[in-house]
Amino acid sequence: MSNFKKLLVSAALATAMFANGANAAPKRIAIVVKALGIGFFDAVDKGAEEAAKQLGDVQIIYTGPTKTTAEGQIEVVNALIAQKVDAIAISANDKDALVPVLKKAMERGITVISFDSGVAPAGREMQLNASSTELIGKMLIKMAADSMPKGGEVAVLSASATATNQNAWIEAMKKSMAAYPNIKLDEVAYGDDMADKSYREAQALMQKYPNLKAIIAPTTVGIQAAAQAVEDAKMVGKINVTGLGLPSEMAGHVHSGASQGFAIWNPIDLGYAATMIADELAAKKAVAKPGAVLDMGRMGKVTLDANNEGAMADPFFYDAKNVDQFAKIF
Amino acid sequence: MSRMLKSREALLALAILVLIGLIATRFPEFVAPSNLANVFNDTAPLIILALAQMVVILTKCIDLSIAATLALCGMVAAMLDVAGVPMVVILPVAMALGACLGAVNGLLVWKLNIPPIVVTLGTMTIYRGIIFLISGGKWINDQQMSPLFKSLPRADILGLPVLSWCAIAVVAIFAVLVGRTALGRSFFAVGGNAHAAVYTGINVGRTQFAAFVLSGTLAGLVGYLWVARYAVAYVDIASGFELDVVAACVIGGISIAGGVGSVGGALLGALFLGVIKNALPVIGISPFWQMAISGTAIILAIAVNATEGRSRGRVILKSAEHVA
Repeated sequence: MSNFKKLLVSAALATAMFANGANAAPKRIAIVVKALGIGFFDAVDKGAEEAAKQLGDVQIIYTGPTKTTAEGQIEVVNALIAQKVDAIAISANDKDALVPVLKKAMERGITVISFDSGVAPAGREMQLNASSTELIGKMLIKMAADSMPKGGEVAVLSASATATNQNAWIEAMKKSMAAYPNIKLDEVAYGDDMADKSYREAQALMQKYPNLKAIIAPTTVGIQAAAQAVEDAKMVGKINVTGLGLPSEMAGHVHSGASQGFAIWNPIDLGYAATMIADELAAKKAVAKPGAVLDMGRMGKVTLDANNEGAMADPFFYDAKNVDQFAKIF
Repeated sequence: MSRMLKSREALLALAILVLIGLIATRFPEFVAPSNLANVFNDTAPLIILALAQMVVILTKCIDLSIAATLALCGMVAAMLDVAGVPMVVILPVAMALGACLGAVNGLLVWKLNIPPIVVTLGTMTIYRGIIFLISGGKWINDQQMSPLFKSLPRADILGLPVLSWCAIAVVAIFAVLVGRTALGRSFFAVGGNAHAAVYTGINVGRTQFAAFVLSGTLAGLVGYLWVARYAVAYVDIASGFELDVVAACVIGGISIAGGVGSVGGALLGALFLGVIKNALPVIGISPFWQMAISGTAIILAIAVNATEGRSRGRVILKSAEHVA
């Protein structure tokens, strides 16, 4: 009899606890990254945690495969479906390979969005780009222009001549140059994203254009090699190297003066914004459809285009003041 | 005079001068002494590795892992520097590591009789893989490296950077090693006629092993120089560089079939490629054409070499010559 009583009590207790748990269960948002151990994504996680703290009832599950493969991500997503998370925000290793498993997740009522590296429209509700081609192009020329108030000559050191991203950014930059009539673009050189070739191309640019005032390198290998070449040629102060780079790779060159500043999307902001949007969609406070305006907390609002894609913000500018702080992160 | 013109080295030197002349018509600043010194400095790693590759090719082998060895040694050197190890230790360690990696190639070729191209194709991938393992795929950047580590190859001695002096020293050492020592002669003997070499008491496998160790050691040295010069170390540094090195050797008249070649040839072959690499960006040729032009120049140089500089076998039996 006493045994039966005990059983009843414990059953009641368990039910009560379960019910309580269900009421207070925080929303679980999974951040699935390309691979673990990448500084950029660790910073994304930081931003996501910041958003979670602000939202209060959100728990972040930061996960990803150990290698940047689509297969690894599929396994991770399957595990998340089994755990019945509320939302998945993913930076995909393959645009198409992840569509079936993400569809399955959406069928089970899980909110799926992609950020950074997107998934095909069928596999997600919306895609959050860190920035847009236009914003990057504008930023590239603005950074060069800010360092040369009187105008002058600039050159671009890109990756390979066929690199899709870089070519799109350079095109956008050329369009934005209309706003800077006293800046002349001498040449677009290609360093093929190899340190030695980029270095040589940067040397050639300095030789060919003695009046060169800035080298714009929208690639992480190129910007480093160009900064090193400028330092070795003792042209620091005469030529400013700018473009897209990572703080951890560029901090030394910023302090040497070879680069007065450069830009890259801010991964912390990206993680924050992705979490904010995932929470909003999971709570059914908004629906992702073309033209929808989604709230990103301190990052403002984003409007979705016809493909349900949105751009978060301008690339973030790093200079001597903040580069060390971010160099520790990515 | 005509005999001198016939030698590969003289022809190649002439070709380089003509090339520089042509470049000067489009971009006169190229021939300024300071710029030529820059070009030499930029070509120094290629010169050192071309000489290393030369001894391997002389023994009828090939070292495709040379750039991967460079990258691995460079990464290890950079990691040691980040860990605070002093410079006097880093350089010997990098070279010793290179020697060990070369010894792995050499042992596989010597003891297991695996064709060198297969061995080094395999180790090439393995060595790159090891870089990934030890670095976790992360980059080592310039602000992580110590100032001494970065400045050594740039330090100026008598108007030339240390990097250039390294190349000059290696050329001098190789001139003596290949031309004046028993080991140097045995490289030629092994590649020229392995059977005959055995009869003269040369151990073919051991000679090939020695060539691989030598090649690895120099790759280790260049690994450090490369990483310090470009102030960055990551998995893919110098990827594809092994092909430049082999091309420099072939242009320099070093026979892929083994046994034929010279220090001067390898040096000039490397300089020829170096001049092209440095000139193409400044003379304003579309990047889409650059690769095609580099390749054409290589084939042209080899064609000239093959027709003009073909060395004939030594006639041993004069009376039998006309019969055959």
